[in-house]
Amino acid sequence: MATKTIRVDTLTRVEGEGALELDIADGAVAGVRLSIFEPPRFFEALLRGRAGAEAPDITARICGICPVAYQMSALHAIEDAWGVTVDGPLRALRRLLYCGEWIESHALHIVLLHAPDFLGFPDAISMAAAHGEAVQRGLALKKAGNEVLRLLGGREIHPVNVRVGGFYRVPTRAELAPLAATLETAHAQAIALARWVARFPFPEFARDYEFVALRHPDEYPLNAGRIVSNRGLDIAVADYEAAFAERHVAHSTALQSGLRARGSYLVGPLARFNLNHDRLGPSVQALAAELGLAPGCTNPFRSIVVRAIEVVYACEEALRLIAAYTPPPAPAVPVVPRAGVGTACTEAPRGILFHRYRLDAEGSILEARIVPPTSQNQSTIEDDLRIIATRDLQLPEDELRDHCEQGIRNYDPCISCSTHFLRLEVRRR
Amino acid sequence: MDARPRPTLAVWKFASCDGCQLSLLDCEDELLAVAGALDIASFAEASSTLRPGPYDLSLVEGSITTAHDAERIRAVRAASKRLITIGACATAGGIQALRNFADVNDYIAAVYATPAYISTLATSTPISAHVKVDFELHGCPINKTQLLEVISALLAGRKPDIPNESVCVACKRRGTPCVMVAHGTPCLGPVTQAGCGAICPAYGRGCYGCFGPAEAANTAALAAAWTALGADRRSIHRAFRTFNAAAEPFRKESDAHGDENHPG
Repeated sequence: MATKTIRVDTLTRVEGEGALELDIADGAVAGVRLSIFEPPRFFEALLRGRAGAEAPDITARICGICPVAYQMSALHAIEDAWGVTVDGPLRALRRLLYCGEWIESHALHIVLLHAPDFLGFPDAISMAAAHGEAVQRGLALKKAGNEVLRLLGGREIHPVNVRVGGFYRVPTRAELAPLAATLETAHAQAIALARWVARFPFPEFARDYEFVALRHPDEYPLNAGRIVSNRGLDIAVADYEAAFAERHVAHSTALQSGLRARGSYLVGPLARFNLNHDRLGPSVQALAAELGLAPGCTNPFRSIVVRAIEVVYACEEALRLIAAYTPPPAPAVPVVPRAGVGTACTEAPRGILFHRYRLDAEGSILEARIVPPTSQNQSTIEDDLRIIATRDLQLPEDELRDHCEQGIRNYDPCISCSTHFLRLEVRRR
Repeated sequence: MDARPRPTLAVWKFASCDGCQLSLLDCEDELLAVAGALDIASFAEASSTLRPGPYDLSLVEGSITTAHDAERIRAVRAASKRLITIGACATAGGIQALRNFADVNDYIAAVYATPAYISTLATSTPISAHVKVDFELHGCPINKTQLLEVISALLAGRKPDIPNESVCVACKRRGTPCVMVAHGTPCLGPVTQAGCGAICPAYGRGCYGCFGPAEAANTAALAAAWTALGADRRSIHRAFRTFNAAAEPFRKESDAHGDENHPG
């Protein structure tokens, strides 16, 4: 049997470190392995014995790209366990903070990491020579997102201002005013960005995915909602573990999350858009329609357009939240630790992020479970790669490799979420 | 125009969250200028072009937690004229160094169903435990202004201007009332290296030590002050045992308040 292995030793323009292996046997794709050589950091183990109130700041350190997502899922899970309800302006401020992270993370991925694939550059810096305005606009958007994080959180990476029950300090209306001006400009830039990426050449690609996202009665989902899919899944967050399971299989080397009933599924912007298009509001819906994007999109290469649409939405939503803001009477509601189990799921920029904690009577963590979005997408990414590799098998190896890498970047994988990733074990054939 | 070749930069990642190298991409206003002044030869998070060394300057993020990484950092050192470690993982082992105080096999079993597939060291150690480091930039995450200063200084052949003061000094300069004095909030500011801009006290919160121990930090005196404010042993133990838990002054102080039955 004629076999060869194509290896991409270092996946670039992704957060974290990974590699890809394709096994080709007798002219057909025999195996696809997306391997992660991110060393395990054992967050779920080191959280045991820590105070529940420490979970937001500790789990933020899982990912420097989406620390707010970790803080939000941790906060909501601990608050769930302790019977704490955070509502009104405090809830709105959390949503505003999350909008900042979406803008920052999406702008980073769209312009600095993913756009170079479509335009044939190795990176955004070399792309800047030919597309200077677009790169500058992307950096300006990223900076606008970071300004939201800096004002509400104290700093861009690992913000310091959230706590169980609310915040340490809340802004005045006057402090938010300059942010509104920044976001007005960002909103116009985001629309221009969306129009720019919508003109990229998109490979023909469609698959019958099961899309999974949060769904809220009246909001585009960020912090809250039920977990739904396009195949009838509709569960409370607390039932996550009954519906999804993580498999630890020898040859694939990663804990891969799957639906117990049906296997692989897709989380992230494409899933959110398809399941929550009606929650985007008329102006964002009109922009999506103008760009040829309708719910039911099954081409993951177009996720870059969806991401840009979500940046527009996040700017609009942030402006709405700022306009409606009245400072709460206190920066946090009272919190009394107690024994119990709490769960939460929020929409990280790259998809749903599930946390569960079991706590003792003093509020110390007895057990923690964290399921990051990339571990949920991993088997879907491998399925996509099998199709891309089969289609492009006749191409020169460099091109095949580039197409596969682009296929991986469709998911904005955050490999640093190493709570659940393992080293590659080479499968013996 | 200056015809001299630009100095080459490489950015490396070990066990970490990516946040410190993201700080470089977070320099939105300076990124293109940095890319103009430096030849970015290897930065996997940002570019598909990965050129082999030698490099004039390497930035290293993350701690050493596997035998493979212990080898890899030696190769990075050999290929780098100057090597700067960035962040709490690279300078002190990071939050993942909590394994150093526990049984790593218990850690593996707590997370993974099939422990046999996991290959890891029992400890998470800073880069300086493995190779010579030319400069250490602290923080979880680092401050991007300090990062630009260190890069500029090393390129200009001068000593980076990174003050060795505590967060207390930064708070005074910022005009933030002391949170310990004003509202009795326990704060690690007196024993923590400045550099963050004293953000936490400015937001009404005690410093949680993410920049690691300041020089000559009197941790025992601070722990006594915390006790006077009503903090129990366990919370003092936890406070010193976070993102810089393996940095010596913090390790010693957390041990002084440790309890074998309560490792956290």
